[in-house]
Amino acid sequence: MSTPATAKNGHDHEEDPLAHASLHGYLLGFALAAILTAIPFFLVMANVFSSSRVTGLVILAIAVVQIVVHVIYFLHVDFQAEGGWNMLSIVFTLVLVVIALSGSIWIMYHLDHNMMPMSPHDMRNMP
Amino acid sequence: MSEYSAPLPGEAGRQFYLTEEHHAKNGTLLGFWVYLMSDCLIFACLFATYGVLGRNYDGGPTGADLFELPLVALNTSLLLLSSITYGFALLQGRKGRVGSLLGWLAITGLLGAGFLGLEIYEFAHLIAEGAGPQRSAFLSSFFTLVGTHGLHVTFGIVWLVVLMVQIRMHGLIVANKRRLMCLSMFWHFLDVVWIGVFTVVYLMGVLP
Repeated sequence: MSTPATAKNGHDHEEDPLAHASLHGYLLGFALAAILTAIPFFLVMANVFSSSRVTGLVILAIAVVQIVVHVIYFLHVDFQAEGGWNMLSIVFTLVLVVIALSGSIWIMYHLDHNMMPMSPHDMRNMP
Repeated sequence: MSEYSAPLPGEAGRQFYLTEEHHAKNGTLLGFWVYLMSDCLIFACLFATYGVLGRNYDGGPTGADLFELPLVALNTSLLLLSSITYGFALLQGRKGRVGSLLGWLAITGLLGAGFLGLEIYEFAHLIAEGAGPQRSAFLSSFFTLVGTHGLHVTFGIVWLVVLMVQIRMHGLIVANKRRLMCLSMFWHFLDVVWIGVFTVVYLMGVLP
């Protein structure tokens, strides 16, 4: 059944799409991802830090590291892939994601603070 | 390949092209990557919505009341395992072993189905307890974010099954390898989104 990469549909210049995968990379990525998943679950379930603010920041930082691990070892993004367009689009997307997330939370938090204090009873009588 | 764009002697400036244009190398993969980035923006908006509304309980149940972390941990490990089994499938495909490629793909699909089953169980449990999406802003944004991710996993499994049929019918032709690579990006991307979900929604949700 193994068909060599023959000249079908005029795609003879296309390099083998599966060329990036390597067993070593997947196993290393999986080990790192498993550790980086286990740590935040342990931190929360065992109540390691008394302050939930500290716990939140630590597990957010670990999540960012794990996302980077996944992108490098599983999605195989690097500066060379697709002549740099891969990296360019991910940087562009990250900028938009950061603007959308931080902007929404920042603005809504300030709106919340500048609202008149209102009880649930007042809210029911709103037009 | 060199003669197709050469101008004829008498008509300088006029060019001729073959209908089979030379494509950019792996253009499909780059295009699919751009799609994934746009999908990433959808999830960013849903995360922002959850970030804004996630603590508005309307006197109803909170994340600490509802979420069962052992179940979430099991779900997370199922999805993480399915990522590496997909990697094993790719490696078998690279060696041209169709049989074990299909085997690993089937295992990946089963792990994904297990993930989906647990999530449906969790949703049904929440709705039965009266904590459905209409209960509070927190639950609306929770169901939208986690449900959209679950919907993506559902379509990933459908695609996986279709691709298995295609590989069985046509073998590992270049087109099928390309599809295999696109689905690989899609599947790993869903795992990346899930990292955000279990961190921001579940783990930070149960913090006091």
